Amino acid sequence: MQMYDLPYNLPDASGHFGPYGGVFVAETLQAALQELNLEYERAKADPEFMAEFQRELKHYVGRPSPIYHAKRLSDELGGAQIYLKREDLNHTGAHKINNTIGQALLARRMGKPRIIAETGAGQHGVASATVAARYGLECVVYMGSEDIKRQAQNVYRMKLLGATVVPVDSGSKTLKDALNEAMRDWVTHVENTFYIIGTVAGPHPYPMLVRDFNSVVGKECLWQMPEMIGQQPDAVLACVGGGSNAMGIFFDYIPHQKVRLIGCEAGGEGIETGRHAASLSAGTPGILHGNRTYLIQNADGQIIDTHSVSAGLDYPGVGPEHAWLKDAGRAEYVAVNDDEALAAFHRLCRTEGIIPALESSHAVAHAMKMAPMMAKDKVLLVNLSGRGDKDMATVAERSGLQFYCRPSCQANQNL
Amino acid sequence: MSRIKATFAALAAQKRTALIPFVTAGDPTAVITVPLMHTLVKAGADVIELGVPFSDPMADGPVIQRASERALKNGVGLINVLAYVSQFRETNTITPVVLMGYANPIERMGLAIFAARAKAAGVDGVLVVDYPPEESVEVLKALDAVGIDSIYLLSPTSTAQRIKLVAQSARGYIYYVSLKGVTGAANIDTEAVSEMIKQIKAETSLPVGVGFGIRDGATAKLVAAFADAVVIGSRIIQELEASPPEAALVNVEKLVSDIRHAMDA
Repeated sequence: MQMYDLPYNLPDASGHFGPYGGVFVAETLQAALQELNLEYERAKADPEFMAEFQRELKHYVGRPSPIYHAKRLSDELGGAQIYLKREDLNHTGAHKINNTIGQALLARRMGKPRIIAETGAGQHGVASATVAARYGLECVVYMGSEDIKRQAQNVYRMKLLGATVVPVDSGSKTLKDALNEAMRDWVTHVENTFYIIGTVAGPHPYPMLVRDFNSVVGKECLWQMPEMIGQQPDAVLACVGGGSNAMGIFFDYIPHQKVRLIGCEAGGEGIETGRHAASLSAGTPGILHGNRTYLIQNADGQIIDTHSVSAGLDYPGVGPEHAWLKDAGRAEYVAVNDDEALAAFHRLCRTEGIIPALESSHAVAHAMKMAPMMAKDKVLLVNLSGRGDKDMATVAERSGLQFYCRPSCQANQNL
Repeated sequence: MSRIKATFAALAAQKRTALIPFVTAGDPTAVITVPLMHTLVKAGADVIELGVPFSDPMADGPVIQRASERALKNGVGLINVLAYVSQFRETNTITPVVLMGYANPIERMGLAIFAARAKAAGVDGVLVVDYPPEESVEVLKALDAVGIDSIYLLSPTSTAQRIKLVAQSARGYIYYVSLKGVTGAANIDTEAVSEMIKQIKAETSLPVGVGFGIRDGATAKLVAAFADAVVIGSRIIQELEASPPEAALVNVEKLVSDIRHAMDA
């Protein structure tokens, strides 16, 4: 049963996707969010603003990003053809830059000289620091002290780009706490500061505007796929933490009802162990960070610690539009465990010469599960949302510096 | 007449300003909360705001955040908070108790169940930081149905339109957040606050309390000159943090009664 209207036009005027989304924030931020909403509507209708956004995407980010047929991987699996949307080839190495450019242009338009951001894996922090440098804005990035340890390289990158990185020691010392801290900063400096949220979560209008800026990914796929193979894919897969890369590639496919949309959450050590970050697969609805959505929480309504091998998926909530797409039956959500994601990471490295981010590896892993059960003329499009350079230390540690070689070079390695 | 209404009416008759201390339930220990509530009354509290611990207290500064973390470590959640209010009511049936916290624990319990349990426990008002009027129509209905006051916030950034909106939904009293920032932040600009209180009073006949950034008797006295209530939170929690366990109640009593005396002087 189709529970949503076409043309699809959510969120509604008050920022709701069915029962999800909304503006659940303290009074102090209400005016700022209304101002942002108003200014975003104006910017969207301003051809000059949109033209500048497009120019930046083309000349600064390097868009459109290509779609690549992972033929060797597909052949090995012996089923559906796997195509990769190469967001890893963007400037700064992930999809995050699309949204940060859009928001930084908004900040400049609104005359805010200071931007703040929260970051988990550091990708959004790097993307924010990058655009801050590009547009001459002051930049403060909040990052959980636990994540700072896991992602030392990205911390250094942000500092090189001129940003101040503030360690957050409260709570679980990860992404959700960084978000709390960024909100506190925003409440205190609301006149001169623009808060660049890194995912399709937070209070309205953030889930909408982050989605819109990032939807360039799916828009490109819509013309690239027919150009390349004469058809749209049978399914589009993307990893889901907060869910910005997934919303980016899903959004324009929503009206294309024959295309399955599959979000891959972090199953961590397995849903049954409780050590995961799969809010849609194993969570319950609640209110966090300004919106109603699926959350990982206990019976008392406290948010509980999540776990994923990839810092970027390690978040106890998820964008409200995903919650709605799940309930409406338009998108499916599955959990992919750490080990499966790591295996996919290694396999993509050695079969295609592409080192994916651990986040994106979750989507690759699920495509690898699906492909063998499908006919060879079926097509899976995977959003390869980022590159894996940042994950070298994690992977090395997890695999005990073991390298997975092709049989032909196995002999050499044993020497 | 509700306890909140009766309290403010009695104070108005005496031309006194209400003193509303805030403490987080379960901080620093689970057993201190009920005796602490009685101590606050003894020291001159007119209404008690009791914080419901939450894992992600986005609108609070580091002091109340730490209190929340300690309370959660002590295993204290919404169910325990309601039990504390019941215990408090065994010997105090006069002082209004307002629960202050975040939406998620209430959502998780379920609105109707929460409203019924809060009423049964003897709760008089509920202030949920992340339930603005637009998002709390159902909450307001559920609380109205059992006769619990929904307390709402206004802030220096509130527009004339929002003041009107909040005035329509508000019950009991309005809590004016005196500064842009989180709880426990720097000192307040009393002139700007008094100006804003005038604007709010033009839209509502409810009492208006002022909180955030009031740390001593002198500031409390300044604020008391134009506000109907003075809320003090972080300063009390700091006193609890700094006190050895055996001296905690005595020290808080002294702190609060000093502020009370300064306000009444």
